[in-house]
Amino acid sequence: MIKYTEDHEWLKVEGDTAVVGITVHAQDALGDVVFVDLPEVGKTLAQKDVAGVVESVKAAADVYMPVSGQVTEVNEALRADPSLANSDPLGAGWFFKVKLSDASQLTALLDETAYTELTKNA
Amino acid sequence: MSSPDQNLLHTPLYDLHLSLGARMVPFAGYAMPVQYPAGLMAEHHHTRTAASLFDVSHMGQLRLVGDAAAAAFETLIPVDVQDLALGRQRYGMLLNDTGGIIDDLMFVNRGTDIFVIVNGACKVNDIAHIQARIGQRCEVIPMPERALLALQGPQAVTALQRLCPGVEKLVFMSGGHFHIHHSAQDIDCFITRSGYTGEDGFEISVHEMQAEALAHLLLAQPEVKPAGLGARNSLRLEAGLCLYGNDIDIGTTPVEAGLNWAIQKVRRTGGARVGGFPGADKVLAQLDKPASLTRRRVGLIGLERVPVREHVELQDASGQRVGEVCSGLLSPTLDKPVAMAYVTAQCALAGTRLNAIVRGKPVPMEVSAMPFVPNRYYRG
Repeated sequence: MIKYTEDHEWLKVEGDTAVVGITVHAQDALGDVVFVDLPEVGKTLAQKDVAGVVESVKAAADVYMPVSGQVTEVNEALRADPSLANSDPLGAGWFFKVKLSDASQLTALLDETAYTELTKNA
Repeated sequence: MSSPDQNLLHTPLYDLHLSLGARMVPFAGYAMPVQYPAGLMAEHHHTRTAASLFDVSHMGQLRLVGDAAAAAFETLIPVDVQDLALGRQRYGMLLNDTGGIIDDLMFVNRGTDIFVIVNGACKVNDIAHIQARIGQRCEVIPMPERALLALQGPQAVTALQRLCPGVEKLVFMSGGHFHIHHSAQDIDCFITRSGYTGEDGFEISVHEMQAEALAHLLLAQPEVKPAGLGARNSLRLEAGLCLYGNDIDIGTTPVEAGLNWAIQKVRRTGGARVGGFPGADKVLAQLDKPASLTRRRVGLIGLERVPVREHVELQDASGQRVGEVCSGLLSPTLDKPVAMAYVTAQCALAGTRLNAIVRGKPVPMEVSAMPFVPNRYYRG
């Protein structure tokens, strides 16, 4: 199941864990990504907390926690090669994994149709 | 985000930008291309290795005409205008009465006039200011009918001389009239060998009716690709060149900004035409007593690969605030953070270690000479 936020993160839920990244639209708007700041593994963050940063040459954007939970893993390959966020935003360019503390938060997130609609009007 | 506001002005190349797939953004009241589909990074590297075409038609062009034009212009800028040789170009800045920079500009002695190029966001105020201050002594003629194209990069000369034989003879900071043959008509251009990237290159002033034809001709050259304002900004920062509004403004003097090189001896204390420009008392005092400066513009190179952007606070080793970043980004050429900042005089020496406070964490940086990337101007 893939869900989206209005802040242009995506999350893919596998059991009680979600993989989080930024959307195709977000990386396109930013341009060439040159730097990412990832959260600390083990840290517990609330939904909407700033979890990281993604920067291109021309702009910087915060990455928010799409759901509350504990960070279980971060993508070290992305830290070493931030351009993965452009070349494969939904795959190799993932940012971090989070163990959900409140699965009910998922229902309020956007599905693909709703997110596509949102970016069409952006 | 890619649909620009209805109220924005269009340059003569607006339709061309859209047809090339540019992402348009508001800039200086115009809808301008920030990048094309290749992206900022590719456009930046292409400019450093081949040649890029930039539309800078939002900038203001004007002419000062009359026997007294050079002397009159010297009452507005701390620069030697009267001794500038025919066909030569110089950098200058309009100052206010407290020595603050109203705008920075380039001008050429064309013999029949002084041809001036000012920043797009400032042009309305600049022209009003120039008109009010020296309009009685010379004609001040805005040129809104002229577009401005910049062709920049080590292969710019190869591309342009194919269309415009003879242009290769221009040296850095000089200019001349040229004709480019195009189907039945000639395109009349005024071309200077200058730019805002640190590379060899040209700026081409052309009538708006012929701007698109010229852009197509330039883009048809195998060396040339379009580049947007995003790459223009990263290129100029690597070249150590100031951006008006970020690195200089009415709150900074030319001396604080490290633009002393632009103030020739003849306008300084002991010179034949000392002072006589707005804010001269303050600017000359700063030139005569550098120790009186409380802050200076410096370059900074990041020692960790974390971008440091404008408004970031700078601290010394003891945690004291010593300044603020005015422009900063990850240099595409160096793959390191580079920045310009204003810091206290005692922190302005090259090699000084400072901490930039990024998201609450110190990022070590070192005061560095500029340009960050060596410039490659053609001086003959």
